[in-house]
Order: sequence, then C-alpha cells, then structure tokens
Amino acid sequence: MSDKLSNAQIAWRAAQDIADGAYVNLGIGFPEMVAKFQPPGRAAIFHTENGILNFGEAPPEGQEDWDLINAGKKAVTLKPGAAFFHHADSFAMVRGGHLDVAILGAYQVAETGDLANWSTGPKGVPAVGGAMDLVHGAKRVAVITEHVTKDGAPKLVDRCTLPLTGVACVTRVYTSLAVIDIEGGRFVLREQLASMPFETLQSLTGARLHRPGPVADLIVPEL
Amino acid sequence: MDKTIPTLAEAVAGIGDGAVVMIGGFGGSGAPIELIHALIDRFRATGHPAGLTVVNNNAGNGHIGLAALIEAGMVRKLICSFPRSADPVVFTRMYLAGQIELELVPQGTLAERIRAGGAGIPAFYTPTSFGTDLAKGKPVAEFEGRPYVQERWLKADFALVKAELGDVQGNLTYRAAGRNFNPLMCMAATVAIAQVSRLVHAGGIDPEKVITPGIFVQGVVEVADPAQEEALNRAGAIYA
Repeated sequence: MSDKLSNAQIAWRAAQDIADGAYVNLGIGFPEMVAKFQPPGRAAIFHTENGILNFGEAPPEGQEDWDLINAGKKAVTLKPGAAFFHHADSFAMVRGGHLDVAILGAYQVAETGDLANWSTGPKGVPAVGGAMDLVHGAKRVAVITEHVTKDGAPKLVDRCTLPLTGVACVTRVYTSLAVIDIEGGRFVLREQLASMPFETLQSLTGARLHRPGPVADLIVPEL
Repeated sequence: MDKTIPTLAEAVAGIGDGAVVMIGGFGGSGAPIELIHALIDRFRATGHPAGLTVVNNNAGNGHIGLAALIEAGMVRKLICSFPRSADPVVFTRMYLAGQIELELVPQGTLAERIRAGGAGIPAFYTPTSFGTDLAKGKPVAEFEGRPYVQERWLKADFALVKAELGDVQGNLTYRAAGRNFNPLMCMAATVAIAQVSRLVHAGGIDPEKVITPGIFVQGVVEVADPAQEEALNRAGAIYA
C-alpha cells in the first residue's frame, strides 16, 4: 500500500458504511464513485436532485436517454423500483430528514462540522447547485476528500476560511489518510493508516485530532 | 374549453419586455427548446421581448436553447442555482463582462420558492444556507432549537415548460426525469405554456396519470419529436 489512499480507495471505505436499503445522495464528481464499491449483498437506493430514486450506472455509449440523467447531467439507467418526482419533492426528501446518507466533496471541513465546498472565492462565476440543501436533513452527512490540498495545506481545519456551504453539518470525514468523526465540535480519530505515525497525521491536520477511544487501522483493498 | 395554441409563434406572442419568465428543465432534460427558439425568432423579427428575467436551474449550454436566448441579449437577469454546466460559454462570457445579472439560489430553495409562489405562501423558513453568504440580509428564526433562514416566494409572468402528453384542457404528463422544475413553474406563473410531445383530446390522459392538472396551464402547443439539447450540442448546433 502506498502512503495514502487513492480516490477509489477513499470511495471504497465510505461505501462500507452504507447499509443495505439506505437512501443515499452522492454529490457530483468524486462522490459518485462511492456507488461502484457497495459491498456484495448490499444495495443502496440512490437519490438524485433532479428527481430520480433508485437509478443505476451509466448506459453504454450511444444508448443515453437525456431525460434520464443525474445531478451531474450524466446519463444513468433505472433499477427495478425506481421512481420519478419533481424538484420540490426531491428537496423535501433532502431537507425533510428522509435520506440516510449524503456524501459530498470538500475544500475545507472544520472541527465544528462546518463545510466549505462550493466557492473558492469571488473570482469567476459562482454556482451552488444543491450542496447547501444536501448538508441539511440527511441523517449522516459525510465528506470524502484528500487529507491535504495539492499544495499540502490541511483541508481539515479549526475554522473554514473559504465561503461556507453549511454550519455544523458534517458528521464523518473519509480522507486519504484517516476516518474522522465530528462529535461535539471536535475531530475524533477512528481509523488511520498503519504506515503513518499519529504525530505525522496530526501535523497534516489543521486542528487537534482527539482519541477518546481505540483507533483502528485504516485498511482498504488494492483497487 | 380548448387551451390549444396552433403555433409556437402564437404561444410566445404575449411575452412582453421585462417579463419574468420561468423556463423548465434541468440541463436539457425537460427543457422547452422549441418554445425558447420561438421567443428568439420573435426578438429577431421585432426586437421584443427584451430585458427578461429568466428563472432556470442552469444558464444554458452551447449556443442553443437558454444559452441562445442569453446570447441574443434578451435576458437582463438570471435566477438560477448552477450557472456552470458542461459548456456554459455564453453566460460565463456575458456575466464576467457585466452584461447579465445573476441571482444565485440554492437548488432546493429555488424549487421551494417556486412551489410557494404557486401555492400562495409568501415566505417560508429553511435550514438551507444558514450561516453562509447566500443568507446575508435574510431574517433568521429558531424552531425547535435550530436556526432557519426566511426565503420568499418566486412568481412569474410566464412559464415555458416541456411535457410529454398534454390534453386540450392543459393536463400534463412528463417523460422520466424531464419533470424536474416543470410542474412547479406551471403553478407559479400567471400564464404557463407547455410544449407537449403529443396533444390528446380531453380524456386522452388517464386522470390517475396526470402530473400537472390543467388548472395550472393556460396554453398547450404540440411539438412532436422535440429536439434534445445534449444531442444538438454534440452535433455542434448553433441557434442563429
């Protein structure tokens, strides 16, 4: 195993925590990968903002139906038991506490559970989509992310410096180095790579990592 | 009662300068491209309507549909959640040049504001956007110990939507996820005009299957075999 998880391995780890039959929304981009790694025997029901429950993977090239797309506007297929609904019902599912899990990407996550994932500042064209809705209402709001930025700066911080998507909303973070819960305004370390000393992990994290209980090895398959 | 409109040109003839126009669709799915193009045709022929405020989830792709409407210079302001899509070249250029105004609204808030507009609810509280830049200046109240942001209804002079089946009384069904914002926008507009892929007589839609009841729809125009934005864009189409 290399010194950090690949994106696929982060997605795999996040997928292990999704129960059979759970209603799940995966953010566009990297989080969509989680769907590929559901453990055998478990089938989550995926929700997309534009009004589908229980959609499946992409159709073969050339067989796209452009009225069957996900929030990222990629063509999808339907699984048995799928349902269509309009946008207000779709977001009632989101905000109304009906989703079991929402998994999003992040620019920054704070120990308070604050998330910044929609804007890197005033430049360019701002766009928010459903991110600010998704962070409210799901029973678990999880983030999957590299542990640090491309420049090596911590993405797990004490306070977000980028524009917020939501306040005190994230409950668990799966990074390229660790699995961390957010409890009572603290980062609580649950799993870390056996190859990395705790002090190194702490030095790559922008707020204190707490260890009130045992910390397991973060073990993922080669993918 | 017959709400049928014979041509696309007549369907969009009543939309005046400065109107607020909701346009259905999520990307190309459920987008009424032919109605939009008819509106552009009218603008090219008469110079009207201009100065529109358009409500849509996105800002158009390529140079067709909503993007072409924006490119023609007919849109003063866009209210949307996600103006970045696969190919939002037109909006991006005009926004950065200060030629179009943007009101950015979280997607679920946008949907609920439209629903509220159609349902006669002037304002509501949502957890969405609390503590963020998009909640600035909005009233906040606490319910059961949690903070919520007040959002206001959104109404329109016109809605342009795409449906699958429509009957002469305005009852509509939709195709797959092409439903998205379309039923909500029909409710929130003074005049909702639906392009339907197939027009049927009253009774031609099973009442159990009606998604938008005709009370929310003022005009129906048949567009058999409607164009699909993604297919047009893959073919490099430009509406000019």
